[in-house]
Amino acid sequence: MTALDRYRNLGRRRAFLVAALALAALAALLLDILTGPASLPLADTLAALLGQEVPRGTQVIVWQVRLPVAVMALLVGAALALAGAEMQTVLENPLAEPFTLGVSSAAALGAALAIVLGVTVPFLPPTWGVSANAFLLALGALALLQMLGRLRGGGPEMLILFGIALNFTAAALLSLLQFIASADALQQLVFWTMGSLAATRWEGALMIALILVACTPFAIRAAWRLTALRMGEEQARSFGVDTRSLRRWALVRVSLLAAGAVSMVGVIGFVGLAGPHIARMLVGEDHRFFLPASLLTGAVVLSLASTASKLVVPGVLLPIGLVTSLIGLPIFFALILGGRTR
Amino acid sequence: MILSVQGITVRYGKRLVLDALSLPDLGPGLTVLAGPNAAGKSTLLRAIANLAAHSGSVMLDGVDLGRQPPAQRAATLGFMPQALPSGSSLIVLESVIAALRASGEAPRADAAALAVLERLGIEALAFRRLDQLSGGQRQMVGLAQALVRNPRVLLLDEPTSALDLAYQTRLLTELRRQADAGRIVIAVLHDLSLAAQWADRIAVIADGRLHSTGTPADVLTRDMLARVYRVDARVETCGRGRTVILVDAEYRGG
Repeated sequence: MTALDRYRNLGRRRAFLVAALALAALAALLLDILTGPASLPLADTLAALLGQEVPRGTQVIVWQVRLPVAVMALLVGAALALAGAEMQTVLENPLAEPFTLGVSSAAALGAALAIVLGVTVPFLPPTWGVSANAFLLALGALALLQMLGRLRGGGPEMLILFGIALNFTAAALLSLLQFIASADALQQLVFWTMGSLAATRWEGALMIALILVACTPFAIRAAWRLTALRMGEEQARSFGVDTRSLRRWALVRVSLLAAGAVSMVGVIGFVGLAGPHIARMLVGEDHRFFLPASLLTGAVVLSLASTASKLVVPGVLLPIGLVTSLIGLPIFFALILGGRTR
Repeated sequence: MILSVQGITVRYGKRLVLDALSLPDLGPGLTVLAGPNAAGKSTLLRAIANLAAHSGSVMLDGVDLGRQPPAQRAATLGFMPQALPSGSSLIVLESVIAALRASGEAPRADAAALAVLERLGIEALAFRRLDQLSGGQRQMVGLAQALVRNPRVLLLDEPTSALDLAYQTRLLTELRRQADAGRIVIAVLHDLSLAAQWADRIAVIADGRLHSTGTPADVLTRDMLARVYRVDARVETCGRGRTVILVDAEYRGG
């Protein structure tokens, strides 16, 4: 076999792995829909999914309760992992994820403004107040970060430093709001910051889907330029990549994806970090495969976490943010350690 | 083909690194930038490649390279850094393909990348990960990335710094081949004996200015070595007429 054949086979194998991840995401989605506190018969659940005649209660549980939550888990996982993958590449830092740069703190601050002080965007229905605030502040934090970064040349170290500073500032303001919050508001806020799919609505899932549809093609289009950036800023520039513009637009996509996700479900860490790492172990760093693999890995991870959140304590729906950290992290460490010793 | 480098000034904060430095017009051939540490050689190379913020102009046949869009400039200029980052798990072949594809479509990029690896004798590394290579192997991959676009001007920052003798010879033979094929090759080299052996022209940079320039025989003198490098050295000719520089001591004169 010639080296060219070998390289093309490698490409085919990676494409196959991406396809397998897509199937795994579908399977995880189905599993998520099939599990829940209401012990519905499997056949009924499948029949309801396929639009066949089933009891009205089953119809409502499947279409109004389980499906939106399962779809949201899938989409949020995908959005966070894609954001994490792009962020790790443009900041040249494997520890970067949307929350390293203060997105979650800013979103939580936005949510707290709505929950504690009742400050919301005017003319929006009250049910959207918390999400809209979280979205706007998360987006605002990243916009501010871009502006600050541009003052000092927009290099990765500067962006990370400003991001950490933003993170602490937002966290301090959040603590201040927690300090003055009423007991009710405080409980609501704590629940929000744990990350939860319980309040999912179809409109929210649609919004994340639209953000993903808008961002993913541009990310894939930048795949070769992002791959080149893995050899360092200067090298990518010498290959003809406008790294400043690449970084700016990648961060715009990251902002939309992360702000959208966090505003809908609260703070869910880990997926943005682990999704890209697992994807990298599977398909390497050619971003034509790495980006879709990250997106799909994130979808699988959060979908499985959503299922686990219903099963760990029977009858209780745990906040999904807790589940991803408690169950996901040990598995993630095992994967990394396994990868190192191989 | 003429490369004109005029009035290059670079500052790092308040520190003036290059002070309105101009080079004589450079035609095809291998030019070595020499000089002591912190003289500004690498900075000059990076300014020519438009990788360092600078004032002054870099023109190729009257075209201002600094004003060209990055992708167009990359088709003209190839740059080899002193070291590739060690943290990337890309495999060698795809890293060279990325060097071609990053600036746009490139038909049969995989075959072109593989051909360069074969020409440099490192095709055995094609499927190895960058983070599992030695520093010298990574440096050869950096050369492949610079060559793959077939640029008319090739800029190399201390290309032999991590290479063993065999790789050094392979790299310099390739640079010689490129120069003989009509390309403008500019390399920063510390080893003046290598420079004497391979270069058509040497430009000595000291304190951010051009100290002297000319053929190796013109430039490599006892006096230059004492003034610029602050060493007492002999410039001798050995078998096959090659110039070697033998350093005896640090220069104690005024």
